[in-house]
Amino acid sequence: MEMYILLGFVLLLSIFLGLELISKVPSTLHTPLMSGANAISGIALVGALMLSSAGQMQDILAFGAILFASINVFGGYLVTNRMLSMFKKK
Amino acid sequence: MENIANIQVIQNIVYIISSVMFILGIKMLGKEATAVKGNYLSALAMFSAVGITCLSLDIDLKIILAGVLLGGLIGSLIAIKVKMTAIPEMVALFNGFGGLATFLIAWSQFNEPSNSVFQHVLIMLTIYIGGITFSGSLIAYGKLSEKLKLGKGSMITNIFISFFYLSMPALIYVVAEPSLSGLIPQVPSYFSIFLVLTLVAGIGFVMPIGGGDMPVVISLLNSLSGIAAAFAGLLLLNNVLIVAGSLVGASGLILTIIMAKAMNRTITNILFVGYASVSQASSSEEQGEVKPITSDDAYLILENASSVLVVPGYGMAVAQAQHVVRELGELLEENGTEVKYGIHPVAGRMPGHMNVLLAEANVSYDLLAEPDDVNPSMDTIDVAIVIGANDVVNPSATEEEGSPIYGMPIIEVHNAKTVFVLKRSMSSGFAGVQNPLFFRENTRMLFGDAKESIGQIVAEFKD
Repeated sequence: MEMYILLGFVLLLSIFLGLELISKVPSTLHTPLMSGANAISGIALVGALMLSSAGQMQDILAFGAILFASINVFGGYLVTNRMLSMFKKK
Repeated sequence: MENIANIQVIQNIVYIISSVMFILGIKMLGKEATAVKGNYLSALAMFSAVGITCLSLDIDLKIILAGVLLGGLIGSLIAIKVKMTAIPEMVALFNGFGGLATFLIAWSQFNEPSNSVFQHVLIMLTIYIGGITFSGSLIAYGKLSEKLKLGKGSMITNIFISFFYLSMPALIYVVAEPSLSGLIPQVPSYFSIFLVLTLVAGIGFVMPIGGGDMPVVISLLNSLSGIAAAFAGLLLLNNVLIVAGSLVGASGLILTIIMAKAMNRTITNILFVGYASVSQASSSEEQGEVKPITSDDAYLILENASSVLVVPGYGMAVAQAQHVVRELGELLEENGTEVKYGIHPVAGRMPGHMNVLLAEANVSYDLLAEPDDVNPSMDTIDVAIVIGANDVVNPSATEEEGSPIYGMPIIEVHNAKTVFVLKRSMSSGFAGVQNPLFFRENTRMLFGDAKESIGQIVAEFKD
């Protein structure tokens, strides 16, 4: 239980940090920021890799989680990069 | 035994380093000069976190390789092939897959034999948020790509909405079930029912929300996918999942609030009420005659203008007119005219949509201005060209207290000397509110496809 309290603390601090970090972003960058944040939510891939293997059902669930998280990660970062490379000042 | 403990220490250290890189990456992503590097840094953080996790695996390596390679291939192909105009729905789709991944993770944890009460609660919350993110994002994808036409008011939508409301007591039931077993009635295979119900609930959550409100919905779903990942991190006792997930949750929340403010509405109003059909009668008084012009006339006026403000909206994206708009802008500048682009935060279908389109067409981003930058000096603008925007330039928002959009910050083009409105027809915008701008003394309507109309003006400039 102590572990959960500690991690809950980390969770709260991270949310406040996130709110501080993002609050002054120019609107030009709203889309890349959203898309970049979306790629970061693919961190679920780490969670998917930590799953345990016990029987066929678990393997299918793990495979699905890895597959979809990977689409999120690769797609998210590439699209963000493509978008950012278009923003130029002449 | 000691070996395993060592690996865990190394993993946790790398997770902390990854977390720091995610934080710095997202900070850098918020500044124009460092945004590209920020994205790389965040990708490096992801790579490190994933890599170090592979040191201790329980699942078969074949499954992992198959999943990562296949997922990576699909994701990369979509990302490379997608047209820039289709970015909003792509972001929605990727986001949904992230939500689905957390949904599956929590499902898998439920099958573990020894879950504490607290873990049980976390599992149910993660499934709920992840599931709603997934199916809600799919509906957002369908709406944004205009494959799904069902909206508020239809019979099917109402059925889905009722399932959304039903899902909330269901969540309370599944959360409480193990602690109160014996006290509350048993529902056989309640977990399977709950899994399905969350997915149906997500559909009911997004389906009634109109296309014009999509910037808010996408930001919110983005936020939810982060929160789901953070809960999954609590469940798996993994700190990098918690930090990265919370950052995404917070950034999505901020964007949601910014978008809602730009519409002068509360988030609950956007999600659960929609634009009310109130005060229909109020805006009828100002209807007069519209003054259509041809592109020849428009050219003559533009040729003599010394300052021009372009105000794009979703119509520019639909007509794919951003390239020809940029061309017109360059020709005007060559002619000695000062050109600026006035971008409303909620123009388009996602936060910053217009910025992306204009950037794709090679418009320099220092020409892009926000409403607060252009409104004070609007009376010095000779011509404001409104391309496929409607509600964001509706003067009712500042002048007519009974209007549903009253109070919404707009780009006040009606104060410019002349306004060109490029429009396909006289239909009203997403808000369904009449726009008195069209009947103003200084407004000229240029009917037709925006791309064609501007193309004709460009051709005249070249002659």
